[in-house]
Amino acid sequence: MSDGFSFARIGAVLRKELVQMRRDRLTLAMIVGVPMMQIFLFGFAINVNPKHLPTAVSISDPGIYADSVVAALQNSSYFEIEKATNSPQEARAMLDEGDVSFVVEIPANFSRDLVRGAHPQLLIESDATDPAAASNATAALAQLFGDALRDDLKGPLAARAQTAPAFDVVIHPLYNPEAITQYNVVPGLLAVILTMSMVLMTCLALTRERERGTYENLLAMPVKPLELMIGKIAPNIFVGAIQSVLVLLVAKFVFGVPMIGSLLLLSGCLLLFITANLAVGYTFSTVAQNQLQAMQMTMFFLLPAILLSGFAFPFRGMPVWAQWLGEVLPATHFLRVVRGILLKGNGWTQIWPDVWPLILFLFIAGTLALMRFRRTLD
Amino acid sequence: MSTHSEPGRSQGLAIDVRGLTKRFGRKTAVNGIDIQVPDGEVWGFLGPNGSGKTTTIRMLCGLLKADEGTGTCLGFDLRTEAEKIKRAVGYMTQKFSFWEDLSIRENLEFVARMYEIADARARVGDTIRRLGLERRQSQLAGELSGGWKQRLALAACMLHSPRLLLLDEPTAGVDPKTRRDFWDEIHRLSGEGLTVLVSTHYMDEAERCDRIVYISLGNIVARGTVAEVIEQSKLFTFIVEGDGARHLAETLRQSHGVEFVSFFGAALHVSGRDRDALERALAPYRGQQGLAIAEAVPSLEDVFIQLQEESAPQERPAPKERAPQ
Repeated sequence: MSDGFSFARIGAVLRKELVQMRRDRLTLAMIVGVPMMQIFLFGFAINVNPKHLPTAVSISDPGIYADSVVAALQNSSYFEIEKATNSPQEARAMLDEGDVSFVVEIPANFSRDLVRGAHPQLLIESDATDPAAASNATAALAQLFGDALRDDLKGPLAARAQTAPAFDVVIHPLYNPEAITQYNVVPGLLAVILTMSMVLMTCLALTRERERGTYENLLAMPVKPLELMIGKIAPNIFVGAIQSVLVLLVAKFVFGVPMIGSLLLLSGCLLLFITANLAVGYTFSTVAQNQLQAMQMTMFFLLPAILLSGFAFPFRGMPVWAQWLGEVLPATHFLRVVRGILLKGNGWTQIWPDVWPLILFLFIAGTLALMRFRRTLD
Repeated sequence: MSTHSEPGRSQGLAIDVRGLTKRFGRKTAVNGIDIQVPDGEVWGFLGPNGSGKTTTIRMLCGLLKADEGTGTCLGFDLRTEAEKIKRAVGYMTQKFSFWEDLSIRENLEFVARMYEIADARARVGDTIRRLGLERRQSQLAGELSGGWKQRLALAACMLHSPRLLLLDEPTAGVDPKTRRDFWDEIHRLSGEGLTVLVSTHYMDEAERCDRIVYISLGNIVARGTVAEVIEQSKLFTFIVEGDGARHLAETLRQSHGVEFVSFFGAALHVSGRDRDALERALAPYRGQQGLAIAEAVPSLEDVFIQLQEESAPQERPAPKERAPQ
């Protein structure tokens, strides 16, 4: 009725928005479903004080005190003995491949030296690529052995238990001896940045065509789903390559991240990882009805890639079910690959256990996209 | 299955489909329609909005899977050879569906490459020259006016030399001159042997077609040449013209025997299928000062309005008239 500010008009706009929001059922479900899933998923999965870390013990001494050390490790909640071997090389290889986080090396004549009061050394190598993951367990070590041997050192040996440590615990934090967090985070960021931007690039690939009405035209032409997918994905590989180079340059020259392994090998894995994420985005775009839905799906994929991949929180701190979820994500595997190559100097054989899951993922995502893709408007 | 006299061709029919049916959920959009379009003819596809025209055209060019029905398009089986149909058919969508952020040339080149046309650049160059768009070829398609968009779309779907053209309301929102040029082009192409099925709401366009098919609520309710369709309608129309004709509309609509009344300028078209009843309804006004009442051949539009009212009375709640019967 007047030219002034109208609450009635605000009401009209508000009502229209609410009606439109209600009509978009899938978005509405996502507004409620996505946060609920996330809060339960991440609430239960995230644990910054990882326990039961896989440990290999290399025993070169058959004496009884070696058994006590092993028993003490087993009884502690921090270590889970995956392998007891008498080959230090084998134990070290497991650490290189990331199968274990710790190697406890009981040297030859450990028991004899202990009895003699010769202060034998117990060598503990830890995978310090992720300094946070290992820190609590490392801190628990000294206390652990002191308590463990108290029962064994009785009678004439009781004195050994009184006088400060009966043996020395030597801890070698490998791969990142100074425990520099950036060495771990910056390569990890490569995985996160690529996940985010690559999925975003392709999640709109078909959604945009659909919204602009060009999809019908595209379908009327004799293009095969695989041709369309490759054509839509390929240009984004260059985008991913440029981003990777930028991140790696910053990692090297700003953060001083060591790059021990082969950059050629890393490039190959990057290509695989980039393509896998593009395939995920493309799959989303075959499902999403509009751009908002495509974005929400991207967020839904990105959050686990940050939280469950071992980027933000130690992977081994998560419950088993969350680890399984993490194993499904390409970011988890790529994170291990990039840390392995840059920090540990891993070669082809060491990273293969994390490369084949990427290949498998790419294959499944691509197949899913092709299956989801309708050649008709039905 | 139709019998094939020679491979790839069913008795000179470009379109030969029977019992074509499409359902969306519980709604039947197209209900068992048969269409046989001979090679080289131009057929008009008419019917109210939502009657199933677009759905039928999409089934014909392989964009939708028919729930029931069989048939061929250019001799290719609708169910098993959709990809071959796509290659041989040109389909122009109702809404402009080329890439507005690509230039005219880029759009055409893209289409040419999708169809693997040999020497795409030269072919596109020819098309642009023929359209008279040399100077605007780098303009973005989104900046074109409605008429130019329509020309571009037609040129693009003719690029791969299809043998059948399916046009879904190609002239909606286009000025009369452009529409006429468009139809001249259609007839020129048809003269070269192209078969055309074109959906439209315009009567003058329907009259330019060799034959028309009228579809309502997914059923074909009339077909034939324009004269045949008018003939089949068994409709009688009187034109009431002159002083106060307009004011008679409401009264006439209520009269027995009058099925519908429509305005044509200052004149009223009063139509119904019972000629005597119509005469009786109009009798009181005969001889009224300044009012002329004369019988006329029903126009195609009269026939279409009747078809629409008849087949879908519940769809049109507006006028207070009883459905005939």
